[in-house]
Amino acid sequence: AILRSSGEMYQCSCSCQWNPDLEPGALIFISCLSVGKDVTYICPFVGALRGTLTVTNFRLFFRGISRDPAFVLDLPLGVVSRVERISGASSRGDVSYVLVCKDVRTLRFVHKQPDDSLQKSVFEVLTKFAFPVSNSLPLFALEYNQVFPENGWKVYDALAEYKRQGLPNESWRISKVNDHYELCDSYPAALVVPVTITDDELRRVAAFRAKGRIPVLSWLHPESQAAVVRCSQPMSGVGGKRCKDDEKLLQAIMDANAQSHKLFIFDARPSVNAAANKMKGGGCESEDAYQNAELVFLDIHNIHVMRESLRKLKEVVYPNIEESHWLSNLESTHWLEHIKLILAGALRIADKVESGKTSVVVHCSDGWDRTAQLTSLSLIMLDSHYRTISGFQKLIEKEWISFGHRFQQRVGHGDQNHTDADRSPIFLQFIDCVWQMTQQFPAAFEFNESFLVTVLDHLYSCLFGTFLYNSEQQRVKEELAKRSVSLWSFVNSQVDEFINPLYVHYPAHVLLPSVSIRHLQLWVSYYIRWNPRVRPQQPVHQRYKELLAKRAELQKKVEELQREVHNRASASSERAGSPTRSITPVQTFV
Amino acid sequence: MLSLGGGGAKSTKPSFVSYVTPEVLSPRLDWEDFDEERNPVLKHTQDDLSQRGIFGTLLCTNFRVSFVSDETPLEEMTQHFKNKLYGENDIPLMCVDNIYGVYDEKKKLITKGMLKNKCPSKMIIHCKDLRVFQFCLTYTKEEDAKKIFQGIAHHCLEPKSLKCVFAFSYAASSSPEVQRSQRTVMFDSKEDWTQEMKRTKANLRIVGYNFWMKYGCAMFKASTLPVPQEDGLMQGYMERMLHAVAHTHLYSLKLEDLSETLPTIQDIQQSYNKFKQFFLIDNSTDFWVSDVKWFSTLENTGWLDIIRQCLQKAVEVVECLEKENTNVLIMEEEGSDLCCVISSLVQIMLDPHFRTLTGFQGLVQKEWVAGCHAFLDRCNHLYQKDKECHSPSPVFLLFLECVWQMVQQHSPAFQFSETYLTVLSDSIHVPIFSTFLFNSAYQRESTMKAEAQHLQRGPLNCPAVWDWSVQFDCKAQELFINPLYADKLKQDKAIRKVPRAKHQRQLSLPSSAFKTPPKKGFFKDETESLKKMLRVKRISRWMASPDSPAAATREFYETWQRRPLDYHGLLLPCLDGPAMRLWMQRYLRWIPEVQILGGGPVAITSMLAELLSQVQDLRRELDMRSCWETEAESLQLRPGPLALTRTSLRLSSSFPFASNRNWTFKPAIPTSLLQSLMVTDRLASQEDETNEVISLV
Repeated sequence: AILRSSGEMYQCSCSCQWNPDLEPGALIFISCLSVGKDVTYICPFVGALRGTLTVTNFRLFFRGISRDPAFVLDLPLGVVSRVERISGASSRGDVSYVLVCKDVRTLRFVHKQPDDSLQKSVFEVLTKFAFPVSNSLPLFALEYNQVFPENGWKVYDALAEYKRQGLPNESWRISKVNDHYELCDSYPAALVVPVTITDDELRRVAAFRAKGRIPVLSWLHPESQAAVVRCSQPMSGVGGKRCKDDEKLLQAIMDANAQSHKLFIFDARPSVNAAANKMKGGGCESEDAYQNAELVFLDIHNIHVMRESLRKLKEVVYPNIEESHWLSNLESTHWLEHIKLILAGALRIADKVESGKTSVVVHCSDGWDRTAQLTSLSLIMLDSHYRTISGFQKLIEKEWISFGHRFQQRVGHGDQNHTDADRSPIFLQFIDCVWQMTQQFPAAFEFNESFLVTVLDHLYSCLFGTFLYNSEQQRVKEELAKRSVSLWSFVNSQVDEFINPLYVHYPAHVLLPSVSIRHLQLWVSYYIRWNPRVRPQQPVHQRYKELLAKRAELQKKVEELQREVHNRASASSERAGSPTRSITPVQTFV
Repeated sequence: MLSLGGGGAKSTKPSFVSYVTPEVLSPRLDWEDFDEERNPVLKHTQDDLSQRGIFGTLLCTNFRVSFVSDETPLEEMTQHFKNKLYGENDIPLMCVDNIYGVYDEKKKLITKGMLKNKCPSKMIIHCKDLRVFQFCLTYTKEEDAKKIFQGIAHHCLEPKSLKCVFAFSYAASSSPEVQRSQRTVMFDSKEDWTQEMKRTKANLRIVGYNFWMKYGCAMFKASTLPVPQEDGLMQGYMERMLHAVAHTHLYSLKLEDLSETLPTIQDIQQSYNKFKQFFLIDNSTDFWVSDVKWFSTLENTGWLDIIRQCLQKAVEVVECLEKENTNVLIMEEEGSDLCCVISSLVQIMLDPHFRTLTGFQGLVQKEWVAGCHAFLDRCNHLYQKDKECHSPSPVFLLFLECVWQMVQQHSPAFQFSETYLTVLSDSIHVPIFSTFLFNSAYQRESTMKAEAQHLQRGPLNCPAVWDWSVQFDCKAQELFINPLYADKLKQDKAIRKVPRAKHQRQLSLPSSAFKTPPKKGFFKDETESLKKMLRVKRISRWMASPDSPAAATREFYETWQRRPLDYHGLLLPCLDGPAMRLWMQRYLRWIPEVQILGGGPVAITSMLAELLSQVQDLRRELDMRSCWETEAESLQLRPGPLALTRTSLRLSSSFPFASNRNWTFKPAIPTSLLQSLMVTDRLASQEDETNEVISLV
């Protein structure tokens, strides 16, 4: 259901149709906790709006009273990053507070202090239920039990996905060394490694790689056998410590690809940072130790720089845009430059694998932020399967969720510590990069823009279990698949909403996007979607859909007529004379 | 860095048809004089990093500079979009923007005075359609090199007289029965104006418009009469016209002086000059260097802001007409630059007819050609150095830019595509078309007459740019049509029901009638007296409303935006920062580093074209079925024509301009990643995980 008003729009994509006026708390899993009558929402675009504010354990719902159509604001509490009371400057005893949201907006409400002290104030409820983790409450996703026709937890099966890539084969095996997450607690259970390396050797490699994140295969080129391998930094330290087993592993990775006698190691970091990491025992592969390997730095900055960049971007786009300096303001956020560097890195990886037929190893410091961005983007470029809706879901499940991107830390689900330095928009950047590619290749992706926005909305909403916790180990332990609903259950149950009508499937088409900043745009319909002026009245894809519908309709008509023609033809031949008819089939058989 | 068959250089296959060799050429383009023909062997390089190129011959005729490759092509190239007048290695002389010589690795702008100097080792030609050609002269005999260099420089840099413009020799030798575009209303006869009046009147039911247009028409016709005493006559017209307005109009009149609120044509020229530099890129290194501070450089040129200001002004005028029921009189010093921009934009926003291909062409004829925009001076076709009299300025291009912004925001409302606009912007610099060659209709008629007399033959027939068949074959012209255009079929009924805006009219002043006497500042006096007259009528209070126009238009836009979108009704552009975009097709089409292979808008276009043809096929099928005379074969569903789709993987985002052979599958990888983003604050050196930061401290 799309709740749309003149001022704000929130795609209420959870399918529970819920109207707080008619049936508050009708669905058992949502309990209405507080209703504030006569609340004023200070909308930066429309102005002050009076209405009713309802807070449940899942969402905040505001309905204006004066306008027609009614102004509606509806957001899951999960998107709230911070609730702050503005201390009473006004003498009339008004309460005023600000909700800073993770989806690039800030909401401000003002209302009278309630006289009725029995009912909890909206503010209190908000601060409690927006941050369930900090208040020892369960996340809403663990209470939500909507049943969808599709089961999204079954979308990704590691072994099936490896099988699709032709694995295991004569060079690669699937190791069970991490079955109980003993080798590496942030890695998935199934790992693909060269056949020539034993599990014992893997254990010794794990000691040498940060957090035990050893080099394992992400993707194998179906023809050239060039592999994309991911890992974390080697713990070589200042002394340049070496590890025989690690060297052997990389050599085995190189040997698994007969097409090339070289190996590219892509270090996502700027070389300065890699060097600085040596002080703390980390570092990068030295080309002395790893023969035939070439080390390339991709100059992508760390999570803190990215967080700061998004903060600046929000300042520039919300609520108002300064027209005359729009471009230089945008530049000063560096957001698109970071996007450019990430895409450029992924492009270099894809190019080495596709044109150079060379295997690549990708890592950053821990191998769960920049590495995930780079491998997943280069896989999208290389493998058209990941550009379909189900393939993209598998990609997220594999490269991000199972390989331990720390969603809990990076998003801060239900945590009130909004200044936590672990928070960073790494996954948002990835989706942004995908969006940039959909803009450059409008017919190459099966999903549309609204799919990407939906994924991001539910990254924060805490409605589905998909993006909860940090690792596969934690998810298995918490029995997440039993206790929560997958985002893909919801998506795949109404997949028509997310289909790109222009999609053409070219199986072996490698996408090489342009990474020049001239081709990168700010994703207006995500970052500036709250601004009613920038919103298009009618999205173009609606017209595409009309065309598709028209075609389907005509095709149906043709088929009907065809059937009719056929019927009449056979009827007339029946009338024409049975002798011939009885012979004809015999002839065709003979 | 581009272009000439550079692809031929990269792929091993020779690249293009050598149709420009004199033997082949002469029968085909017999109107071309080979007064400068040289045959030195030259090398032309793709970019300075690869040092690859192809050898060939450089020719200079009175129409173009042409490079002919030595390599013989193996196959006819599958170019969808070939210009019949000039190939991808030809530069029409008028299209040459600047010539640079490279002396000892230093690039110098060649000016007239430098011709006697030493011959450069490399010649770089920047074109007005933003192509960049590099010719290396070091493999050529010095004598030949000097000759060709001086010949080209002479042809391109010397001021010319109008008579020498190639159009006349073209018109003289081309067959007189050149197809004149039948559908475009040219507005060069009374009938055209009457027709237009009927058309608008039918929609508007307004008598006043009629009056205006009649006088406008009369004024226009008067200006074509070579009567020396026309000044007095015109003044008479002017007064009568104003009286007519004052009497017949119950509505008030607002005076909009554009010279006070919009940038001057000099500002526009300056801004565009800065702007275009960022697309005339000589090599890959420069490209990636300029990629770093891209947005602020773009902003500093001010070009996008000028576009925004023009659109903003047009929206203000629309607001007056639509909301306040006020007539608007747009004026500026000469009344034929920004007046043309604003009045055309206003008409496009108000009247869906002008969003069709023929309607748009008619609009350009009406507002620009008949409205006496000084194309000759503004485009500086004759290389006049005297900037005072003939201030060159890309005003028409600015208008096209504004239209493009609207097209990309509301694509289904326009029948024409962005390719059409890009081609139109290129055609300004092809000296064949009468459309862009003259300062006024009067000048056109008198010059043509004089030329015809001089050549001793009947009336010369210069084609208008709208005769697209002069440049492109039918198949290429299909790319001018926007496949997403929302047909009017469905809307027909709605139009009758929805009451149209009551009074939409633009009082464009075809004022160049007053320019015939070369007295400077004449029209300024005229506007002053006009203002006086208006004041007498006590309308002056409508001038310059005190409240900020931006805020008012903002509200007007928001009100409009809240209504459901009607592609055949009023159309307003969004003017917010992110909505103003760079016209990628026009500006990036020749730069190899930004080509998206297998992507770009052509991916959509080809897909849509396929879809539409499928729908059409099915419709035809149904029609045939209903006729009920079916043959067995016709029952089989045929797939639609897939020609474009099949190849769309090999097409690039520059489609249909730079042919894709020029690009290799090699992706463009930034060469200056390190310089690009130096974040040097505390955060950059921080470790990813907080606990480690603490341990570090």
